[in-house]
Amino acid sequence: MSQVTVRIPTPLRRYTGGAAEVAIEGRDVGEVLRALAARHQELGRSLFDAGGELRSFINVYLDDQNIRSLDRLATPVDGARVVHIVPAVAGGRR
Amino acid sequence: MSDATSSVPRPDGADAVPEDGRLAAPTAILRLPADLGRQMSRWAAAGYPYEVCGLLVGRRDGERAEAVRAIRADNLDRERPETRYTLDPDDFLAADREARAGGLDVVGFWHSHPDHPPQPSPTDFGAAWEGYSYLIVATTAAGAGEMRSWRLAGNRFREETIEVLEAKEPSP
Repeated sequence: MSQVTVRIPTPLRRYTGGAAEVAIEGRDVGEVLRALAARHQELGRSLFDAGGELRSFINVYLDDQNIRSLDRLATPVDGARVVHIVPAVAGGRR
Repeated sequence: MSDATSSVPRPDGADAVPEDGRLAAPTAILRLPADLGRQMSRWAAAGYPYEVCGLLVGRRDGERAEAVRAIRADNLDRERPETRYTLDPDDFLAADREARAGGLDVVGFWHSHPDHPPQPSPTDFGAAWEGYSYLIVATTAAGAGEMRSWRLAGNRFREETIEVLEAKEPSP
């Protein structure tokens, strides 16, 4: 088990009592995020769909790498320091 | 930039915002240094006819936000860049790190609407998050035009007042 800091983006901080960072232990990114979701259940619903999959409008980085280019939720956190939750930002005139 | 405020209802007609006038006053304010506004206008105009996007870094205290830096980001939408944007999350991460190192935060995003008013579209609405400012710059072939800023409040976008901060001493 490794402890990492999870960086919470502004819109989700209302679920962490305003905290921008939360320290969580886990072996891989999935374990870390599920432990975070267990501690803050409303935050969990923003991160995961009913099937337990990471929602498409949530990006997750382990240090500076998007986990979609790694092993997704199975990416080990060993040696990493920060899990960043990055909201997808999109739109357009039509 | 406009001092007028208005709101855009949710496209599905749902409306969780009470219509009793409590939100009638323009309470949200985005303080924007004039040079940041000019920089975003230049970026937006240079990218025409495509949508250009980026981030605003600064400070937020409830309904008041102050932008300290404007950052340009990559638009990852390769299929419909004339009408859509997807802000590169790598740029978000870099902006967030830089902001945090300076005791600041990502306070919002900006994007251009080529040949379209600076009002949020249903697409903008569908992808919006609460707690951020969404600044929109209208662009045409002639350059950048009006700039307005919006915040998601409940189930609708509310316009926020852009308070332009002029530099005390003009730069040479």
